[in-house]
Amino acid sequence: MASKVKIRGKLSGTVAKVKLLIPHPMETGTRRDADGKVIPAKYIETVTLYKNDQVVMTGNWGQSVSKDPYLSFQVNNCAAGDVIKVDWVDNLKETGSGEVTLK
Amino acid sequence: MELNKRLFSRPLSRRQCIGGLLALCSTALLPARLFASTAAFSATDTQAVLDDLSEGLPIEESDAVNLKAPDIAENGAVVPVTVSTDISGVESIALIVDENPNPLSASFTLTPDAVADISFRVKMGKSSTVRALVKTSDKVYMARRDVKVTIGGCGG
Repeated sequence: MASKVKIRGKLSGTVAKVKLLIPHPMETGTRRDADGKVIPAKYIETVTLYKNDQVVMTGNWGQSVSKDPYLSFQVNNCAAGDVIKVDWVDNLKETGSGEVTLK
Repeated sequence: MELNKRLFSRPLSRRQCIGGLLALCSTALLPARLFASTAAFSATDTQAVLDDLSEGLPIEESDAVNLKAPDIAENGAVVPVTVSTDISGVESIALIVDENPNPLSASFTLTPDAVADISFRVKMGKSSTVRALVKTSDKVYMARRDVKVTIGGCGG
C-alpha cells in the first residue's frame, strides 16, 4: 500500500505555487542487494497534475528521478477553493494520489 | 473487446480487415506523438534522445532557458534541478543527464495553465552535462550546465 503524497499549495495572486513529495523507492533496476541479486526496477512513470479535474501538466519520468520524488510547479488562473490534484502510476502499475485545496 | 468478438465470430470481410489494420496502426503510432516516447526513455545515447525529442525541429541553445543545478553535487542520488523560461507557448520541458545509463530523466507536457517553472531532483551516476530542453510548436530551446558529482547516485 502506497503511502500518501504530501502536497502543499500556496496562492499568490492568481498563481498557485505547489510543492509535492511522493514517498516512493524509485528503484532503477540496476542496484544489487547484499546477496548480489538485482533489485527489480520500480519507478514512477507518469505523474498527472490536475486543477479541478482538468489536466494542467503531465510528467513522464525515467528511473533517474530521485527516491521520494519532490516536485514543485506553478499553475496559472487559480482562485481560492480550486483543487490541485496529483495522480501517479509506476512501472508496476501501482498508483497513488493526493490533493490540496487552495486558500 | 467488441472488435475481437466481431472479428472471431465470422470470417473477415475485406472492409473489416482493412479497418482493423488501420485501427491497429493508429494505436501503435499514438505514443510517437507525445513529446517523449518510451523509446526516448530507454535510449542509452544522448544524441538519440535529442533526435527523438526534437522530432525534426531545430534545437537552439538559448539563454532564455534557465537551468538551475549545482556546480558540484555532493550526493549524486539527489541533485536538485530547476527549469524555467519566459518563452511563450511552451509545450513541453525535458531534462537530460548525458552520462546516465538512460540520459532522459523526465519530461513534462504543459497546458497553457501550467507555468514553465518546474523543480525536482534527479540521480546522477557521475559528473555529467545536464541539459534542459524546452519545446514550442516550431523550435526546441536548450540550456546546459556541467555538474560535478563527488559521490555517484547509482549503486549506492
